[in-house]
Formats: sequence, structure tokens, C-alpha cells
Amino acid sequence: MLKIIKRDDLSKRQILKVRITAIVLAIVFSGLFIAILGYNPFKVFYNMFLGAIGTKIRIEQTLTIAIPLVITSLGILVAFKMKFWNIGGEGQILMGGFAASYAALNFDFLPKPILLLTMGIFAIVGGGVWAFIPAFFKIRFGTNETIFTLMMNYIAIKWITYLQFGPWRDPNAMGFPKIPMFTSNAILPKLLGVHIGWIVALIMTALIYVFMNHTKKGYEIAVVGESIDTAKYAGMNIKVVVVFAMIVSGGLCGLAGMIQASGVERTLAVSLSGGYGFTAIITTWLSGLSAPLVLLTSFAFAIMIQGGNFIQTALQIPQSAADMIQGMILFFVLGSEFFIQYKVQINKRSQVAGDRNE
Amino acid sequence: MKKLLRISIILLLVSALILTGCGGAPDTSDDVADVPSVKVGFIYIGPIGDLGYTYAHDQGRLYLEEELGVETIYQENVEESQQAVETAVRNMVDQGATVIFGTSFGYMEPMAQLSSEFPEVSFMHCSGYMMTDNMGNYFGAMEEARYLSGIVAGMKTETNEIGYVAAFPIPEVIRGINAFALGAQSVNPDAVVNVTWTNTWYDPAKEKEAAKALLDQGADVIAQHQDTTGPQIAAAEKGATAIGYNSDTSEMAPDSFMTAPIWNWGPYYVDQVQKVIDGTWEPESYYGGMADAEIVALAPLTALAPEGAQEVVDEAKDLIIDGSLNVFTGPIYDQDGEIKVEEGQVLTLDELLSMEWFVQGVLGNIE
Repeated sequence: MLKIIKRDDLSKRQILKVRITAIVLAIVFSGLFIAILGYNPFKVFYNMFLGAIGTKIRIEQTLTIAIPLVITSLGILVAFKMKFWNIGGEGQILMGGFAASYAALNFDFLPKPILLLTMGIFAIVGGGVWAFIPAFFKIRFGTNETIFTLMMNYIAIKWITYLQFGPWRDPNAMGFPKIPMFTSNAILPKLLGVHIGWIVALIMTALIYVFMNHTKKGYEIAVVGESIDTAKYAGMNIKVVVVFAMIVSGGLCGLAGMIQASGVERTLAVSLSGGYGFTAIITTWLSGLSAPLVLLTSFAFAIMIQGGNFIQTALQIPQSAADMIQGMILFFVLGSEFFIQYKVQINKRSQVAGDRNE
Repeated sequence: MKKLLRISIILLLVSALILTGCGGAPDTSDDVADVPSVKVGFIYIGPIGDLGYTYAHDQGRLYLEEELGVETIYQENVEESQQAVETAVRNMVDQGATVIFGTSFGYMEPMAQLSSEFPEVSFMHCSGYMMTDNMGNYFGAMEEARYLSGIVAGMKTETNEIGYVAAFPIPEVIRGINAFALGAQSVNPDAVVNVTWTNTWYDPAKEKEAAKALLDQGADVIAQHQDTTGPQIAAAEKGATAIGYNSDTSEMAPDSFMTAPIWNWGPYYVDQVQKVIDGTWEPESYYGGMADAEIVALAPLTALAPEGAQEVVDEAKDLIIDGSLNVFTGPIYDQDGEIKVEEGQVLTLDELLSMEWFVQGVLGNIE
């Protein structure tokens, strides 16, 4: 009989041991996989690492990936702190991008700083509204937020696709279904080679850190996450806290959408979210829901993504193999979380019977 | 703070592990940028194993390597988005590529933008119309080979209905459908071409489903503007025949494949890269036909092709090559029966490149 027991008895040392083992196993197994494909695993890992931070262009690329990850992770963090499982980052990014694009395509007569600010505000509202919907249904009807937010992603994707093929289609694209490019007014300027989204990401990290640790609302979110009964007993208005936190969460994801649309894509497209809404779930979780650590985990993942892109061209490793390496690393690192939280016991029959008697 | 420490240690250990691992395997691939040779990058829309469009380009890349001995790199499955194209181009330039071929229509705007950022790199974009100081475009008169494949389909069909699984309603695809329909009608005036859009270039499952739907509607020959063998396999499953596209897939779909209009990029790639090496490269807008290059061709007919088709095809091919047959020669009527090309007139290249109407006998809408 296999038995899974929740554990909270692990010391920090033991936890560290589990995590290191996981990383070593991940490297060994993906190395094995690479070797089976006929490549030198040492060379592949070395190139992956160098491909992410080896030159100025590569670091810029890595940072460009890290920016939306950081901002989306911060959004997810706020929801997760409340144990509200917001899996809808993708959709919130897209709806934020949609709202920002509406401003970019219609108000391009505005001066650049004002237009960019308007786009940012539109995006926060867009993402916030998209997150408010599942929050509302949760507090009103007790719906499951995991499924709800997940499904909202697909609605957002189809909505953007509809715009792309229908009302927003670029009439000058000779029939190709795409939305027109933004004018230069709506494009984020660069600073030190990377669009200024990185400054936004740093500011947001500081703001969320202060918000979660040094404000009343942030504290309430944490309390609701720990125990709804405690929160009720303390006289908190749970509904207000849930709605507020989700609007902040979705608003941040929406902002990431604006930054992607303006700084990277220069238009609205389904590819805008680029899976960041899902990857951010992992980076947030691994950060232990700490805003400063989100910077670190997001950067680590950006290294992995950019490194994976790089080895495709540098060593001509097929994309699917690069994806598998990333998948394997994820599998082991996330898998280890399970062993930190639970232990698996193999019980003999008699013991099972004994348990029943208790 | 302890957590921060813990994670830093983990990261440190990871990097240490990776770096020590490399000690035994000195890496040389990174120094290439110092060697003054031409490195050519290819950006592909699908995987090189799609047996279709990307496969054909990759065959061209291999031919280029073989002929000129230049180093090439490529990236597969690059989406038609700014982000994806930019990542691919930057990674390639960073690795020393000085010539970049982008082989899908949707790469055009990002490539044009990047070309001004990297003026020392020669960009070449396939199937578009934009040009910059260091970006040219190239394509082939596929309508000629499409016309020939239409002859085969027109002779083969018994229901007089040919299904056509098409990607996007852009001039390139529309042109191909029209040429195909005109080819079919040249031997079978009653033949109609029923068009379905998938709005994807590469999606084997979706293309196969689209072909099945067309077969259910009464088509007995399937043609395609798609990058996979999906439609050909659907045809084989229903006992119908198929006209492929991009490359000769007679071995992959032996039960349905009759022929295919195919690409042969190698010679053009060699020509362009040689010019870059010689320092004589200038951005150009190239549109090669059967007469002046081998860039487009018709794959050899298989045993499934109708009897006598070879002779008709050869005859038409000779006329195309010697210039006496232009695929788009009037009178040509559109779907509503209105005359679009007057008797004796031919369409200009500009009209071909911006074609947004179907000829008579094509069923389907351009949306």
C-alpha cells in the first residue's frame, strides 16, 4: 500500500538537499537524453548558458524574456498569496494587450508619453476586468477559480483571433490576417538596449513587496489566504479583499500585455502572451511567493528559454529536443516540491488495519 | 533572507555544475565570428521534416552548403510574430550570420524593421513585396507549375469536382488556386475547384480534416496549398487521388500522390550567397519562372496520374518555357461571370502579386 502523508518536519537543510538532488537529476537525465540524440551534453549545457548571457545581445534577449515574466509573476503572486489559484495569466495578458492596443490604434495623435501612459492604464483596466469576472463568480456563486480562470484564457485567445481576422484586420496586409503595426508613438523607448519595461518591472517588484508586507490590504490578503475563518473573525470583508486582490493580480498581468504589445510585438497578436502566463505560475511558486525572489526565478527561467532558443541555431538541435530539455528540468525541479511537502510510505497490510482501528 | 541565500546557493551550484562539466569539452563554435567567412541563417515557418514547404527550403540550404561550402544555421518553427522573428534574427546575427533568409510571408515587416538595425547583414525575404536598402525579396512563378498540375487534376477527376485545401486568402495562394483552376479547365471545361481555408501554413491534423470535408462534399481529387502531406493522406484514406505541393512526396503518400508543383530553391540560394561573397550583392525583387530558372517545377507524374496526362503536360510546359503560353491570358472571367482579363490580354506582374479575386469555376470566398 502506498500512502502519501503531508509533512512539515523537514529542516531547511533537508529541503536544500532535496532541491539540489532534483537539479542534479535534471541535469543528468537531460544530459543522457542529449547524448542519446548524438550531441555532447557538456557542450549543449555550456552553450545554453553562454547563449543566454554570453554577449550583450544575448543578455538583452534574456532580459526581454524576463520582463514579462517578472510582471506576470508579481500578478500571480498576489492571487496565490490569497490561495486564489489564478491560472488565467495568459488571458489577462492578452486582454491587457487588447486594451492597450485599442488606445495605441485609436489615440495615436497623442504625444508619446501621454499615449504610453494611457495604454498602460487601459491595460491595467483590461487585465483587471478580465480577472474580476472569475473573482466575482467565486464570491457570489462559489465557482472554482482554477477552471474558471483557465477557461477565460481561451475566450481571450479567440477574441484576439476574431479581431485579427475581422474588425481589426490590417487592410494594407494584402489579405494576410494581422492587426496593423503601432505607430512609433505607441512603442516603448529603449534604455541600455532593452525597452523600458525593465524599469517598470523593477518598480513593480518594489511596489508589490511594500504592498504585500507593509500595507493593511496586503496583510488582509495574506490572512485570507491563511484562513478565511480567521479573516472573518478579525472582521475583514472577505469579498472586498478577494475582488481587490484579483483586480491587482489581473491588472499586473494586463500591464505585462501592454509591455509586450508596445515594447516587443509592436502590434496585437495571439502570440503576445507567449506562454508567460503559464511559466509565471512556476516562477511564482518557486519564488516562495516573495516579490524580490520573483526577480531571481524569472531571470533563471529567462536564461533557460533564451538558452533553449540559442542551442537550436548554434548546435542545430531540433526545437522539440530543446523543449524536452526544458521540460525535463521543470519536471524534476517541480517534482521535488512534492517530496518537500509530502512523504510517501509503503505500508504493510497489518499497519493499514491498525490505522483503521485508531 | 535565508530563502534568498538558499536559492542563490542553488543557482550557484547549477552554474558551477554546468561550468565544471564543460572543462573537459573545450568549445570552439563560439569563435566563428572572428573568421571572415559568410555564415547564412535560415528562418523557417515549420519543421524541416514537414516534407513540404520548409523541407524544400532546407533542401536548398543543404545544396547551398554543398555547392559553396559556406556555413549555415537555421531555426525551425518560427512564428509569424515580431517577437519570434526578432529573437531568431538577433540570435543568428549574434552567432555571426551575415546573410539571413526568411522564408514565410509574415516575417516581412519584422525583417524589414530589423534590416535597418543591422545594415551590414543581407536580408532576403521569401514571398513578400517589401524592400529596404539591405533587404530584397524573392519568389517563383509557382502559377506555372500550378497550371500544369491543374491539367493532371482536370483529366483525372470523374466527379468534376476538385477539392483545394488552402492556407491564407493572400494573393500568393489565390494566384495558385486560379492558375490551378485554369489548368484544370483547359482540359476539362466542367471542372470546378472547391476551396477551403485553414488559416494555417503548417497543421497536419487540420489540413487532413479539411481535405476529408472536401472529399465528403464530392471531390475526388485533392489539391493543396499547405506545408504537409495531411491532405494527400486524407485522399489516400478515401480512395481519392491528390496533387501535393512543395516537394515530391510520392514516397510518403504513395496511394494518392499523382504529382506536385514543387520548389527548387538551391540554385537561387547559391546565386545570391555567391554575390554576397563577391561583394556584388544588391537587394532585388526576384520572381523566377520556368523559363529562366529551375526554381519551380512539376514533380514526375506517378502511375496514378491519368493516361495521356504526361503528353498534355509536356506540351503545355514547352509552350510556357518558350513564352507562347501565359497562364493568365484572357479571356478570364471572375466568379460572377464578369470579364477580368480581356481576350488576348495578360495580367501584369503587379496584378498577379495583388490578386484578390477568383476565376470562374472556383467555389469559395475570399475573406
